[in-house]
Amino acid sequence: MYNEKVMEHFQNPRNVGEMVDPGGVGEVGNMRCGDIMKIFIKVEDNIIQDIKFLTFGCGAAIASSSALTEMVKGKTLDEALLITNKDVAEELGGLPAPKLHCSNLAADALHKAIEDFRAKQ
Amino acid sequence: MKRIYMDHGATTPMREEVLEAMLPFLGEKYGNPSSLHFFGRESLKALDVAREKTASCLGCAPEEILFTSGGTEANNLAIIGVAKGSPPGKNHIITSAVEHHAVLDTVKFLGKSGYDITILPVDEYGMVSPQQVEDAITEQTILVSIMTANNEVGTIMPFEEIGGVCREKGVYFHTDAVQAIGHIHFNLQSQPIDFLSLSAHKFYGPKGVGVLYQRRKTKLEQICYGGGQERKLRPGTENMPGIVGLGKAIELAVANMPANREKLLRLRDQLIPGLLRIGDVRLNGHPEKRLPGNINVSVLFVEGESLLLHLDLKGIALSSGSACTAGSLDPSHVLLAMGLDHQTAQGSLRFTLGRDNTPEDIDYTLEAVRETAHNLRAMSPIYRK
Repeated sequence: MYNEKVMEHFQNPRNVGEMVDPGGVGEVGNMRCGDIMKIFIKVEDNIIQDIKFLTFGCGAAIASSSALTEMVKGKTLDEALLITNKDVAEELGGLPAPKLHCSNLAADALHKAIEDFRAKQ
Repeated sequence: MKRIYMDHGATTPMREEVLEAMLPFLGEKYGNPSSLHFFGRESLKALDVAREKTASCLGCAPEEILFTSGGTEANNLAIIGVAKGSPPGKNHIITSAVEHHAVLDTVKFLGKSGYDITILPVDEYGMVSPQQVEDAITEQTILVSIMTANNEVGTIMPFEEIGGVCREKGVYFHTDAVQAIGHIHFNLQSQPIDFLSLSAHKFYGPKGVGVLYQRRKTKLEQICYGGGQERKLRPGTENMPGIVGLGKAIELAVANMPANREKLLRLRDQLIPGLLRIGDVRLNGHPEKRLPGNINVSVLFVEGESLLLHLDLKGIALSSGSACTAGSLDPSHVLLAMGLDHQTAQGSLRFTLGRDNTPEDIDYTLEAVRETAHNLRAMSPIYRK
């Protein structure tokens, strides 16, 4: 049901873990549908220097979190804000249709983390 | 890679003896049992033998066996057929919140078609009490449908007591026994059961064939129209290979029941404590009154589909009641009806053991679940220890 790229991210997720002293944190999802994502970012000179995630969820949720972290590392905040959930799914070479709306929330979590960072400045 | 199948609640591998019995009916014995000639008579004889075997395994008369396309059709025929055949004014049907969708959605369909329906809640183990049924029965009640044993959590219902209540009140009792055949002994002649559904592929038989047992002198309307097969209640040329396979499979399942039960209990008693030792794992369903091969646990702080995917990569085949795998936005209706919160339901894993599983399989599986739970918890935002 998942393609190879999704399974590769699921099996070897990048940038997993909790960040010590993050610049911003964003959390999305709920237990009802079964996906919760938390993104931590470290920002320097308006650039995402480091990013980490924690995810409770299905294969698509874990893979999309992992893919997103690779997509935005080194990007400016404004560039990162342009990335959508759809872009993450495309980066992964597509996700099964039922997963697109419930498990593909990583970009939303990132946007919240950026908002959190900006609110703290 | 080592492959371990622990999803016998979904389906079972067909036994070789069953396949052998079926093969002639996929080849040279192709006659239609309704035909008068030699070819037809040859098939009719096999049909009669399969019906007799099935009846003898269930302790009923051959005329009380209706072959169907499976458990779903048997459930639909029992519920809709009784409803259609009910006298005016009798329009109330009772079922439980933990039934298989083949029962629950059929009853809900009747609810939308003008029948009164009652869906009984269950206790924390997924059980309905005879008292609940008694309290729910009214003058208008025509049918109570409560499963013999639950497919997800394995809880065995007090189906005989519930049947007894129905008998006393003059209400038909149907039980979905799809998960129970080969694990629970039936003697329908003496048990207060009016209708019973079963499906061959759950007991090492072929897919696409099942049975509705209909007690003599009960009233059932046809829900499908056509020829006169199965006393007109299930028209259509008989699925001969399937029916012959079912006859063989039920014979073997019932004969092997004591030995199989003992084996499954030993494996189960190895698996359950091992799973609980992983930590933050809870057993779902009744601690004792459950099918011998069913183990349902919630691995807290992780989601079921991720668990399944990792275990599949390690060669272990299981199922889960998480929303993703339930194919809906909500996790298993059974686990929610038992009062589990969403988080606990999302992390559910169902092991349904079978005759080919070994103690070594259990050891390997326990290690795999332990490792997977550890890794997924390490990335879970709700598990911070």
